[in-house]
Amino acid sequence: MTSDGPIVEDELQAYVDGRLGDARRTAVEAYLAQNPDVRERVALDIRQRNALRGQLEGRFAEPVPPRLWIANIRAARRATLARRLAAIAAGLLLFTVGAGTGWFAAHHETLAPPATAGVAQNATAAYRTYVVEVAHPVEVASSQEAHLLQWLSRRLGKPLAAPDLTPFGYHLMGGRLLPGNDSAAAQLMYDDASGKRLTLYVRAAPGSETAFRFNRDGDAATFAWIDQGFGFAVTAPATREELLPIAEAVYRRFN
Amino acid sequence: MADPGPLIEPHIPALRRYAFALLRDRDRADDLVQDTLERALSRWLLRHADGDVRAWLFTILRNLHVSRWRSERRRGASVDMDETTVGVAARQEAALEVHDVLAAIDQLPEEQKSLLLLVGVEDFSYDDAARILGMPLGTVMSRLSRARQRLRALVAGKVTLLRRVK
Repeated sequence: MTSDGPIVEDELQAYVDGRLGDARRTAVEAYLAQNPDVRERVALDIRQRNALRGQLEGRFAEPVPPRLWIANIRAARRATLARRLAAIAAGLLLFTVGAGTGWFAAHHETLAPPATAGVAQNATAAYRTYVVEVAHPVEVASSQEAHLLQWLSRRLGKPLAAPDLTPFGYHLMGGRLLPGNDSAAAQLMYDDASGKRLTLYVRAAPGSETAFRFNRDGDAATFAWIDQGFGFAVTAPATREELLPIAEAVYRRFN
Repeated sequence: MADPGPLIEPHIPALRRYAFALLRDRDRADDLVQDTLERALSRWLLRHADGDVRAWLFTILRNLHVSRWRSERRRGASVDMDETTVGVAARQEAALEVHDVLAAIDQLPEEQKSLLLLVGVEDFSYDDAARILGMPLGTVMSRLSRARQRLRALVAGKVTLLRRVK
């Protein structure tokens, strides 16, 4: 042996991995020269190490697919974040608008009466949250319509009916209870043959004004109005012209 | 703040290679890498600023892999497990003759398999491998020795059998 100290197992591993300094490598090689069994064993380890690297080389060399590009992953994250922030912002408005004093009321009074705008805003946020739901778009399905309406009416403090929108191609899927400002809010969801979804949103809102307010947020169009202490909003991915007759039908149903 | 993109991107090919070696399924491997990158971006500010980005990314990937594998076992994916075992065994008939080490390391415990990949393929230092796997350096050395011993035994067993058939 040509250097200080006996060869230990860890050094054999480091030899296989090519990680020994010159002095110890020389020592290990001298040891292996005198121990054919160990030499054979180490040689096999090195062959297997190289074989494994070789088998995986192709995977390393191939181009990275677009879904793993950082720019694309970030864009997807930003979109998710924006949706969440919008939902949070809408949630905050729910409180400020109800009190009649919030940011929205202060800045948009001239654009739209705050209560109607707040209802539209809440409705759009709820629409965005649940319309994309695949597994649980509604809490109670239309198969239990009587139970659904009874339940929502009680929580809402207003007798709620599910307007028949079949003349417009929309069928009731069901509904769910949502947080309103002082009390609860209800969302009824409809879909048409193509899977397009429409929601009717109802919650307590101050005032008795009945003017329709139109609002568009991306692909989601909303008609909102206040009627005898309750705010209503109909939201769907539709044009103003398509949505207006539906909103009118809903209005008539509740008036 | 440094833009994480240029610091992460150079390591994606190696992450894909490690994920593929762990799962041996292209789509599942890329799913694992995608989850790793998402987590890395969301936790970029939480990492040690002076730490090695590559080792940090591999730690995330390996932890995700292990926790998923555990939860799959908890859910009792027994059918899948059986199929996997059968598949590996079948592949190995042909594999070991041509020294399919990638298939052979499937027979090792995950820790030993990861160790062989991190040290032998990804060229991580023993220290870094110890940190990624969350074990002391001494344990890394003894596990590495055991992993290679088992791998030799797997191949040797097969070789003996082939000779006997002849």
